Amino acid sequence: MAMIRKGRPVAEPLGLGGEGLLPNLYDLAIFVLVAGVFVLIAHGAHEMTASDVRLASEPVTLDPANLPEYALRTTLRMFAAIIASLLFTFVVATLAAKNRKAELVIVPALDILQSVPVLGFLTFTVVFFLRLFPGSEFGAECAAIFAIFTSQAWNMAFSFYQSLRTVPRDLDEVSRHFQLSHWLRFWRLEAPFAAPGLIWNTMMSMSGGWFFVVASEAITVGDTTIKLPGIGSWLAVAIDAKDIHAVILAVLVMAAVILAYDQLLFRPIVAWADKFRFEQTAAAQRPRSWVYDLWRRGKVVRRVSPAIGWAAALVSKLPLGFTRPVKTLHKPVAGSWLDRLWLLAVLAVVAYALWHVVLFTRASLSARDLLTAIGLGLLTLLRVAVLIALASVIWVPIGVWIGLRPGIATRVQPVAQFLAAFPANVLFPMAVVVIVREHLDPDIWLSPLMVLGTQWYILFNVIAGASAFPTDLREVSTLFRLRSWQWWREVILPGILPYYVTGALTASGGSWNASIVAEVASWGDTKLRAAGLGSYIADASAAGDYPRVVLGIVVMSVMVVTCNRLIWRPLYRLAERRFRLD
Amino acid sequence: MNAAAPALVEVDHVRQLYPKGSGEHLLVLDDVTLKLRNNEIVSLLGRSGCGKSSLLRIIAGLMPASEGKVAIGGRDVAGPAQEVAMVFQTFALFPWLTVLENVEIGLEALRIDSAERHKRALAAIDLIGLDGYESAYPKELSGGMRQRVGLARALVVHPKVLLMDEPFSALDVLTAETLRTDLLDLWCEGRMPISSILLVTHNIEEAVLMSDRILVFSSNPGRVVAEIPVTLPAPRNRLDPAFRQMVDDIYALMTARPAGKQTQGAFPGTGISMQLPRVSPNIMAGLMETVAAAPYNGHADLPALAGPLHMEIDDLFPVAETLQLLRFAELAEGDLRLTDAGRRFVDLDPDGRKRLFAQHLLAYVPLASHIRRVLDERPAHRAPASRFRDELEDHMSEQFADQTLRSITSWGRYGESFAYDEATGVFSLDNPS
Repeated sequence: MAMIRKGRPVAEPLGLGGEGLLPNLYDLAIFVLVAGVFVLIAHGAHEMTASDVRLASEPVTLDPANLPEYALRTTLRMFAAIIASLLFTFVVATLAAKNRKAELVIVPALDILQSVPVLGFLTFTVVFFLRLFPGSEFGAECAAIFAIFTSQAWNMAFSFYQSLRTVPRDLDEVSRHFQLSHWLRFWRLEAPFAAPGLIWNTMMSMSGGWFFVVASEAITVGDTTIKLPGIGSWLAVAIDAKDIHAVILAVLVMAAVILAYDQLLFRPIVAWADKFRFEQTAAAQRPRSWVYDLWRRGKVVRRVSPAIGWAAALVSKLPLGFTRPVKTLHKPVAGSWLDRLWLLAVLAVVAYALWHVVLFTRASLSARDLLTAIGLGLLTLLRVAVLIALASVIWVPIGVWIGLRPGIATRVQPVAQFLAAFPANVLFPMAVVVIVREHLDPDIWLSPLMVLGTQWYILFNVIAGASAFPTDLREVSTLFRLRSWQWWREVILPGILPYYVTGALTASGGSWNASIVAEVASWGDTKLRAAGLGSYIADASAAGDYPRVVLGIVVMSVMVVTCNRLIWRPLYRLAERRFRLD
Repeated sequence: MNAAAPALVEVDHVRQLYPKGSGEHLLVLDDVTLKLRNNEIVSLLGRSGCGKSSLLRIIAGLMPASEGKVAIGGRDVAGPAQEVAMVFQTFALFPWLTVLENVEIGLEALRIDSAERHKRALAAIDLIGLDGYESAYPKELSGGMRQRVGLARALVVHPKVLLMDEPFSALDVLTAETLRTDLLDLWCEGRMPISSILLVTHNIEEAVLMSDRILVFSSNPGRVVAEIPVTLPAPRNRLDPAFRQMVDDIYALMTARPAGKQTQGAFPGTGISMQLPRVSPNIMAGLMETVAAAPYNGHADLPALAGPLHMEIDDLFPVAETLQLLRFAELAEGDLRLTDAGRRFVDLDPDGRKRLFAQHLLAYVPLASHIRRVLDERPAHRAPASRFRDELEDHMSEQFADQTLRSITSWGRYGESFAYDEATGVFSLDNPS
């Protein structure tokens, strides 16, 4: 991405002329940061490839001295997954945007995959990867990383695909007119144009990813029990040992990790990405980050960017197909029968796959299993609906109140984003302890755990919406002295609707996923279970009952897709059409 | 200028068709033939939608012609050609690149090494009066400055022909005039590395001010209806009587009714399938009031009207033609004359105006009377917009059908002839009162 910052020699003519070669303090700070990251990556990568014999001989222990290393390895898994997701995005989304046949398959597939419960995947992938790398911890690492990947990749790819398809017509014409090579076109037009959307989605994906990295480290599938060194495994061991102090320690370490992630990565990147915004007007309030400011003020850094630009220029001089000027004319695509043929081929493959799924499940499932799963699914649906409604009733007024006060909003917004990134499953044991002590009904009291981590998406989206609410409309409603109910109904709720729908959609999707972890909880020997589809999948997974895992995942995916199509999408379209304020 | 000089750009019997919903094709450009010679500025003058921008894109190699061919410097165009460079109406600058980077992009694509690239870009920036702005981003610049960047970016690749697609129409009046003058100065002094300019515009005065030849395009389909050489000496003065006369003549030419054409009024299509322009009843009333008042007293010369109203032909013509369609005015020879009904309209109170407007709407706009009749016939007096949209799309593109429906909705609402509910997409006779 840095390649787009190709040499801008006259950008700071004065600064370049006057400075010496000695680095300044900012450079030092950046150097320490960069070096630290290098050391950590090197250490962690070495540990990751150790054989799984060590898994048995050196089990995860509750020794606080190990905690920093566990935190590091959890973080590394996260980064491995995000890099895989980015690669996936660049390849698959580009393919979908440039090739009509690929598009016909990829776009709907992404849409569905977004709705599949990630933790359900884990059951299969663990077995798959363990077989792929027998006798090495690497297989289990891959399974965990893959689980995080599946929670991140789809919406990133979708965002990139949509950006590629909506490149402004005039810029497209300029690029073709000046015969930009595919390589140059990608770095000069497509990547920068897609950057804000992709970066925002990547950041949202990473925030959601912490939840899954914690959940995927300690897994039991049938007879296979895996505890990868990490915060998640520490937590699992602490739960077995009923060690509340260890749980609290994990919460604190996780908070530190998220804080570092937020300050060192999230904010600098968002601040940097601001310059790719497409609007031709200067924004009133730009995102800021102290790390990014450090980076920009550093002297050595100013020499790094041109160097990267020089490397990119070298690539563009290579005599390769994609670096050659494009001189051909865009011809309208001919032959719709080819498309139909392709569609038929795709349908055939789908039918074949369906046949196998039926064979696989029919052997051990009956119609009663299906009814059970659907019944439990409706229970979970009820939980999600009630909880999202409750969270909305609580956070919408609070979010509006905060959003309309810019001074408070700028301070609260980062906190809300921090809370959204914080993996709520680290907090689950504390809630479970309370439920066990007070003998509360798990069917009701386990439910709030599902929105514990996801409710913040509602809050920070509503804050963003209320902050963006135009001052003149607020003044009009003040002048007309609108009564409070009328004000809510006719002024502010329509005003924030697009933002609210975005937040609630993310929150409900996250809650479905969380149900697999939240509907089953344990503390030592005590097991709590809330009846629902989440616990159904979790139980089947622990028992290694693959047909029921498949059934559970399918039913849950169908329910999520149905909710999206019947509720969120129409609402979002209404919000976009009627209530957009620009 | 020598008529026998070799043609730089040759457009030979080009036709352009767009597919329509019903499987037919919409003819956008019909048999266009033109030549661009060395050392001349030629304007393509026409209303929006006459296909002049499409023609420019065909010449630039951005779009293939359905029929006919284009040759530049004797070679057929089969893709973006190196001999041409285009300046865009919307500037089309990359917002994430600095001025310098934006100007360099064409050279970069040609894989010119960075030192040379840099030198040429700085020279172009210098020429166009942008020095000092090299490191600025487009969002920091005013519209005029942005278009200068677009101009520098086009000049830096040393094209033979500069193609300009309404380059001044997104700018305010003063900025546009400064940029035009600067461009003409550079052209006259021969400081730009180009041989010819092809300028697409809908501004008659701009065409007369800048070009050596004007090709006037008709709309629906676009074809060259007149070629007007401009021999006025440079620098040209807008107040020169000869200049004014030429502008008047072109106005008359562009408002003349096409002889023998089977259309009612100025709009393409007949009966309910007539394409209606997006004109608000407010602006119709405003124009009628202006024309009725002194100094026009019901009879105005369009160029004289356009100046003080700051309206270009693309703004003024549709209003005038709509008034003609509604029989509130007559349009001929570049003059607009109010009818008796038009004069009466001006004197009425708001309710009276609405009633008169409704009478004329139902009497003279077939689509309006059609909608009204359908609503009257149905027992519930309701009909979905999709019903009429489908009818329209048999005769015109989706986009024009949408525009026509929006117009008729707005006019029907003003005349209270029928109501429309946006949420359900249903026309009805309900009148909220």
